[in-house]
Parts: sequence; C-alpha cells; structure tokens
Amino acid sequence: MGLREKILTKSLYVFHLSSGSCNNCDIEIIDCLTPRYDIERFGIVLVGSIKHADILLCTGSANRLTIPRIKALYEQMPKPGFVVAFGACGSSRGLFKDSYNTGKPLDEIIPVDIYIPGCPPRPEAIIAGLLKLIGKLNPKGKK
Amino acid sequence: MTIDEFLNNISGRFGGNILNASKRSEKRAYIDIYPKDIREFVRYIFKDLAFRFNTASGVDDFDSLEILYHFSHDPSGITISLRAILNDKEGPHIDTITDITRSAWWIERELHELFGIEFDGNADLRPLLLPDDWPQGVYPLRKDFLPPKRDSRKD
Amino acid sequence: MSHKAHIPIGPYHPLQEEPEFYKLVVDDEKVVDVDVRIGYNHRGIEKLSESKSYDQSIFLVERICGICSSSHPIACCQALEDISGIEVPERALYIRSICQELERLHSHMLWLGLAGHFIGYNTVFMWAWKYREPICDIMETVTGNRQNYAMHKVGGVRRDIEKEHVSYILKRLDEFTKHLTMLKGAVLDDPVLHERLKGVGILTKEDAIDYAAIGPVARASDVDIDVRRDHPYGVYDRVKWNVITQDAGDVFAKAVVRILEMFESVSIIRQCLDKMPAGPIDSNPKDIPPGEGIGQIEAPRGECFHYIKSDGTNSPVRHKVRAPTYMNFPTFRETVVGETISDATIILAAIDPCYCCTERMLIVDESDKNVMSVEELIRLSQEKTRKIKERFVIARPEGPKQSQV
Repeated sequence: MGLREKILTKSLYVFHLSSGSCNNCDIEIIDCLTPRYDIERFGIVLVGSIKHADILLCTGSANRLTIPRIKALYEQMPKPGFVVAFGACGSSRGLFKDSYNTGKPLDEIIPVDIYIPGCPPRPEAIIAGLLKLIGKLNPKGKK
Repeated sequence: MTIDEFLNNISGRFGGNILNASKRSEKRAYIDIYPKDIREFVRYIFKDLAFRFNTASGVDDFDSLEILYHFSHDPSGITISLRAILNDKEGPHIDTITDITRSAWWIERELHELFGIEFDGNADLRPLLLPDDWPQGVYPLRKDFLPPKRDSRKD
Repeated sequence: MSHKAHIPIGPYHPLQEEPEFYKLVVDDEKVVDVDVRIGYNHRGIEKLSESKSYDQSIFLVERICGICSSSHPIACCQALEDISGIEVPERALYIRSICQELERLHSHMLWLGLAGHFIGYNTVFMWAWKYREPICDIMETVTGNRQNYAMHKVGGVRRDIEKEHVSYILKRLDEFTKHLTMLKGAVLDDPVLHERLKGVGILTKEDAIDYAAIGPVARASDVDIDVRRDHPYGVYDRVKWNVITQDAGDVFAKAVVRILEMFESVSIIRQCLDKMPAGPIDSNPKDIPPGEGIGQIEAPRGECFHYIKSDGTNSPVRHKVRAPTYMNFPTFRETVVGETISDATIILAAIDPCYCCTERMLIVDESDKNVMSVEELIRLSQEKTRKIKERFVIARPEGPKQSQV
C-alpha cells in the first residue's frame, strides 16, 4: 500500500530516535501520547521497530557515536519514508555546534524532510509539524 | 566536625606529607598532597573519617596536570578537595583508588580518556565516553586540544 | 544444561528516551554480568563551557539534561558564587528553592509513569504523565517555558514570581496533590506491586556507601543523606520538611521514597510561597575573581556537583560537571546481577537514570545478534506482573466486571 493510501486509511507509524539529546525533546514527544495532547487521535502512532516506520523522528545533536546508527536506521526504514529533524539540536546541533563530539548536523547525514524547531518544541508545535507533513504528503485529500 | 577540626586532624595524621592546606570558608578546604600519597589520604578520609566521594576533576595547568579529589562529610556539611599535581605531562600517572572505593570506577576511566592520565593498578581503563574511532593520544580536555570557536555568532 | 546468552538492550526504544547500550550476560533466566556503555550522549559540554562566558555556560548546562534543567544551572551559579562569596538576595533564594522543588515534582512523576509502563501498569503511566501537566503549566507561568527555564543567574534569578501567580500556583498544587494522593494509594497499597517489586534489585547499605550512591537510590538503602539538609543552600533551613528514607533498598523502597518526597516538595513550595519576603531578586555581581568554587545541590536524582576554576576572565578555566546518575548508575552492577531478566528493566528504571546527565551508556559487542530486543524484555517484565495479578484475583459473585488497573 502506498504512503498516500496509508494516510487516508491507516495510521502513520513514527520511529523515535535520540541521537544524543538532553531528553527534553524526547519527553515532549512522549507527552504527546498522553491524554492531554493525544496524537493518536490524528492517526500517529509510535512504533518500536524501524522496519514498521513511515517517519523517522530524530532528536539530539547527532554525536559521533550515533552517526553510523543513524545511517543504518535510515537504510532500514522502508521507503518512501520521511525524516523529521526535531528540536534545535536536530535542526542544526543548536548549542552543541562547536563541540568536539558533534560532527555534522543531521541534514548532512541523512536527508531531512521537515524541521520542527524549538528547545524543546512544545507539544502543540510537534502536532502542527506532523500534521503539516501529512498535509504535504496528501495535499488534495481530506485530513 | 568543623573545617578547622578536620584540618587539625589531617595535619596531625599526615604532618609533613601535606604540601599546603588552605581553608577557603567554613565549608571548604583544599589540601595539596604528593601524588604518591593519594591512596593513604583517600583510605583515611573515605574509610576512617567516613567522607563520601563526590568526584575527581582534572585540570590542565599548561605545564602540569592537576587532579582534584572531592569529598564531602554530610553530617557536618563540609567539602574538602585533595589536589595532586602531576608534573610529567608526557606520561602522567597516579595510583588507582578503585580498590578503596568502587565509586571511582567511572571517573578514572573518564580522566584517562579525556586527559591521558594513567591509573596504576587499574586494569579497566577502557574508554567510557569517546567513540571507538577517536584518535589515540588526543585528549580533548587538555588545553592543546583545538578549542571550539569562541563566538559562533560571528560565523 | 544452562547456556550463556548475551542480550544487548538498546540503543533505541521509544519509551527509554535515550540511546544507551547495556549487555546483560544471562545464564538461562538469571543475569550473571552486566556491561554498560555510555558515550552516545557525550556532547563535550565541559570543553564547550571553557569557550563560553559564564552567562552562556549557565545556559549551556541547562541543556545537559531536560529533567534537571533547574538543578544544573543552580549548581553552576552556586559554584560561581562560592568563588568569592557572592551574596544572593533572600527573595531569589526562595524562588530558586521553589523552582527546584517544582522540578522534583515533575521529575518524580515522570519516573512514576515510566516505571508503571515497564511493569505493565500503563494506566499509571498515562495518569502520571497527565498529572504532571499542572507542574509544567506552573513552570510556564512562572518562567515562560515548560522546560529549559533560563531562570537562574549568578547572584540571583532572572524573573520574579508575581503576586497574581501565587494563587494560580496554589490552585494547581491543590489539583496535583489530589491526584498524587490517588496515585500513592493506587501504587503503594497494591498487593500485586508489593509482590512484584519487594525484594527485587536490592542495593545494600554497604554497597550504597562504597559506590557513593546519592539521592533516592541511597535513601532507599537507609543512607540518610540529602544535600538540602546537610549542605544547606537556598531556604531549606528555613522551612519544615523531612528527609525520607527506607531501609529495604529494593525497587519498592525506591518508589516509596520518591512518592513520599513529592508530598514533602509540595509542602516546601507552599511554605516558600507563604514566607517569601519582598525585595530584589538579583545582586548583580559584575565579575568573577580568580579562584575555585564548588556548587552542590540536591537534584531529583541526587547530588549535582559543579566545580569551576576561574582566572578572573569571563570564561571558566575548567568547569567540571558531575551529575547524580554518574554515581548511581554503577550500582546497577550490584543490583541486577543474580536477578531474572524479567526484572532487569524495572531495576534499571529504579535508579532513575538520567542518561543525558551521565553521558551515556557503554556500547557493547554488536556481534551478538541472537537478541532479545528491549521490547521483549519489557514484555517479559509486564508478563511477570500479569502472572502475579492473576494470583490475586478474588472470586467475585456474579455481576458486572470491574476494570482493574
């Protein structure tokens, strides 16, 4: 089933990867699952395996130890798949830009489709970002 | 135990082996010792006086390396730091304290990989934090390691 | 015949927010050894700090760990204030203590939720994270952000708590306390949890002292230490509160300590709001003279220790950060060996490891591909709880079924 069809009929599966983050972004993502924000009502589900994922949500500033793993996970993600660079660290490494252990920003390691900036992005921003991605994938269909 | 009582106690016990003892406040003192005596001091402070080991911090003083071992006595609210200066920057080494207290397990590994300090008697000095492909002999916390840019807004 | 299997856990699992890698060496069902690798989160903060100004360093250390984003800045400020005895106005000390305690509430509640998930109490997870929200709302009202508050500076705090905020805070705290009381009953009085968690992952008092464990991990093993009482800072010597200890040292004891500490934190915040005097919130120091300073504070996970060496310029010569999990994490070696694999995740969670503070877990041998994934380990843990629950189901008279947590 193509991704477009999937959006209309099934949930979008998101795999969350932390490539060296302070955990704030990760907590805000998980906060989105909780009753107050509840992203599952939009059909967005977190999955435990990259092989089932449609979206790779990457937090953290991609420190050296994690670079091979980021690449490996991107290879394993079934295509078409989309990458979300999450937070200031995901977008550009943020404060950690000049550190000896953060080599490159995420978008020089794997192609990124959408950036959700913030430190950390609020749950509302996360939902808006993911919905924007869905809208991008399905411009004519119903939401 | 006040800081003064501690300083009297330690100088009574170790006398001439203390290079300098400096009281900074009612809660802080810094004691300079010879690196060869570290085990005796740690054993006394940790085991006999029942201080808690906070951590050890290394500093690169350009012509030497310095390790500060920080201990706290919680019932009294005092924190003291033992300073050991390692003059040989090419091959800095000091005895391990991991058999006296297992709380030094990780910090010795960290000091080894970030400063290049050898801990004699510690068989497990595997890297703790740095990636496997980090070049040998490059110690990030030394001052000669290329520092990050001062103000990245100017890029 | 027993066989040894190597089970790598990690590095990525959605509910274990941070990448880490542990290797459990398992003999049939029992763990015989554990190795852990950190480094996935090592961002070179101590080196970065040497090229930043002091104000920037405080901003930087806030991002060491999302959950301790009040603890690290306060410890850093205290280290700088310790260098030459910079005074902090009383109102600022009250505000710092309020921020600290709010952070403790938010952190322990988060922990409760995660621990609930690991043992299969997903309702506890949802409730705990939902009931954490009033605390995030309070932080947002007071500081402007749900996390990463940018609230603390050398010599004081950046923002005041306005009078109109006080009644809002008290109202949300009342809400929080009601839910906390409910969760406390649900968790501490549940016989299934007693059976599941008591006697699991025991850290003896001797080991806790030898590993210099701190925070709730130490207090659950009858080590009576708390930086707020022992090395007073803020206003902890001006309000009434209790240090909570337990002596069993197991996972249940650690849960009890954290839950009861939340009640103490609520009480401290109420007293602070009541007693806080009017006055300035910043003593505006102009420079940091040469010297060395140490800041120690009680973060939710234990003592947070910062050491700063200054040479009189605007940047630190050396900034050493030692987060609490760095001391607590090694105790995992003592608490998990000899236990079954179905308990491994909850024993680890009981340490409340803040990996980002610790700068990660040690990588283990990837060639062991006969893996039990982390999902399976969590499933095993949840399965064990289910089996215990079944034994506790009491025969009921015919009638509508009640739902169980």
